[in-house]
Amino acid sequence: MITQKINKDNITTSGDTAHYTEGLQEEQYLTDLERQAIDHEVALVPYKSAAVIEALKIVQHHRRWISDDSLNAIAAYLQMSPAEVDSVATFYNLIFRKPVGRHVILVCDSISCYVMKYGDIYKALQEKLHIKFGETTSDQCYTLLPNCCLGCCDHAPAMMIDNDLYKDVTVDMLDRILQKYS
Amino acid sequence: MERPLTQYIHPGCPPFDIREYEMTGGYSALQKVLKSMTPQEVQKLVQDSGLKGRGGAGFNTGMKWSFVPMGDSAPHPKYLIANADEMEPGTFKDRLLLEGNPHQLIEGMILAAYAIQADVSYIFLRWAYKKAAQLLRKSIHEAYAAGLLGKNILGSGFSLEMHLHTGVGRYMCGEETALLNALEGKRATPRAKPPFPQISGLYGKPTIVNNVETLCNLPHIVNNGAEWFKSLGNGSADSGTKLYGVSGKVNNPGCWELPMGVTVRELIEEHAGGMKNGYQLKGFLPGGASTDFLTAEHLDVKMDFASVTAAGSRLGTGTMVVMDDATCPVGFVHNLQHFFAQESCGWCTPCREGLPWVEKLLLSLEQGSGTTEDVELLQMHTQWLGPGNTFCALAPGAMEPLQSALKYFREDFEKHVALRRCPYQ
Ligand SMILES: Cc1cc2nc3c(=O)[nH]c(=O)nc-3n(C[C@H](O)[C@H](O)[C@H](O)COP(=O)(O)O)c2cc1C
Ligand code: SF4
Ligand code: FES
Repeated sequence: MITQKINKDNITTSGDTAHYTEGLQEEQYLTDLERQAIDHEVALVPYKSAAVIEALKIVQHHRRWISDDSLNAIAAYLQMSPAEVDSVATFYNLIFRKPVGRHVILVCDSISCYVMKYGDIYKALQEKLHIKFGETTSDQCYTLLPNCCLGCCDHAPAMMIDNDLYKDVTVDMLDRILQKYS
Repeated sequence: MERPLTQYIHPGCPPFDIREYEMTGGYSALQKVLKSMTPQEVQKLVQDSGLKGRGGAGFNTGMKWSFVPMGDSAPHPKYLIANADEMEPGTFKDRLLLEGNPHQLIEGMILAAYAIQADVSYIFLRWAYKKAAQLLRKSIHEAYAAGLLGKNILGSGFSLEMHLHTGVGRYMCGEETALLNALEGKRATPRAKPPFPQISGLYGKPTIVNNVETLCNLPHIVNNGAEWFKSLGNGSADSGTKLYGVSGKVNNPGCWELPMGVTVRELIEEHAGGMKNGYQLKGFLPGGASTDFLTAEHLDVKMDFASVTAAGSRLGTGTMVVMDDATCPVGFVHNLQHFFAQESCGWCTPCREGLPWVEKLLLSLEQGSGTTEDVELLQMHTQWLGPGNTFCALAPGAMEPLQSALKYFREDFEKHVALRRCPYQ
């Protein structure tokens, strides 16, 4: 709940007004598409709240992140308290409770990638994008996050951008990789 | 040398669809079981084969199933869950099976479900395995279309539903009772045992959680028998083959299916091609981030459950992380403890408070402000967070590489204090 004010301020100053300011009113409501997808999940479980993680995934898929308004809408729909939904949402690191850019870069910072010097990749990304872990570029294009082991330690260092996995990443490869996302 | 699990996996080629899988003997184990074996006979066969869980703990799989209530009075629905959460740092073996032969997992799951008479099954897949998710969705669909899933499978009267569940992060989801909470839409904190999941698991109903690799072995055990499976273990006390992996500064990092009990030397020197030029082996974690370090003096240890335990560590997931002589052991262990502190679910105090403290102590050593007392404090934490003091195995697992680093690389810790900096930088 604490982030409500801050999030809204972020949105209006972010420059990405088309997407968010217009959506603000609607964010308090689930769209038909979201409701249909959530109903499908609810039908598979014994009680509504068991579908809350699926609901968060669905809404995040459409809105990129879970704002307080989105969270309240999910809570109301599943007949849960907002605090209950938030306790689940904040537990899982891939449910975003703060705005993220159009593309999320996840750099593996676990042990095999540590040995294979993921630090060099992170440093180069910082210089290219002018952001640190946890930050989003001012054009809302990229959010940079550390992530634990991506399960491809034999091709360390590894990173993911959205749904794409990159293996044996070198600093030289970064420009070409980043070009694919805008 | 037989490689039942990976025989038809060719990295770079798409995996078999249902037709190709069936042409190479796929789903014949399922037909055999549905036609001619009772659930109890399947349980007994798997118990006799000596198959031990490949998720880390190494418990006899048939034995684990035997605690599920059976018969007319058993509560329903019962659940069978494939643990495909693979998130232990340094572990990348289940990915190979998921991407390489999804029907093998599905057949294994139907066999396990039949053995415990489960009604519903889930694959709990970590979010990062996007390709596996796509392949599994397609394969589950194919299996339904072929009448191998759903109502009255192949006219046997046995029915099973199968769902793919993709996660949203957190290592704790791999712990089997935390996984159940995650599937129920809750925070992934572990549950008190007893009651064990076999009695009261998902939604309070009897449930078995098995690792992907464990389940993939089942079609082969059914087809070839318990004695065959035992004989794969090449003189080891353990049955079967095992997926082994090596990562770090070796020439050929990778994952291979080998007879249970190959030696560390064979793995590192033959399969992984030895250390990269200019690097020496300083130590290794034999089975992922939560196993004790072993060193060059352990090269002849067999990689099976009993031998690795006797050497002072654990086989764990069987995927080894190699530490070379240019990598600082304090920095290495700091990286591990950062992971564990971050992934602690916060449920119990020693872990929630202790792991961040351990992480900070290691960081101060790395940065040159650590003291001799800090090293002592680290040593004490290995007991405070050890087995029996925490609610689940995450914290004791975290202490394994720390306690063995303090044992084998003590000098490195002391040098950080004496020089007031990291000697590797
Ligand atoms: C913190 C933690 C994480 C775990 N993660 C996994 C995992 O990702 N995959 C897995 O199969 N087992 C994992 N396990 C082990 C499971 O709790 C469980 O023992 C295993 O899935 C049982 O399968 P098996 O009997 O086939 O080995 C984890 C355990 C702990 C304590
Ligand atoms: S040991 Fe750690 S991860 Fe396990 S229950 Fe306690 S706080 Fe959670
Ligand atoms: S440690 Fe980076 S992919 Fe496993």
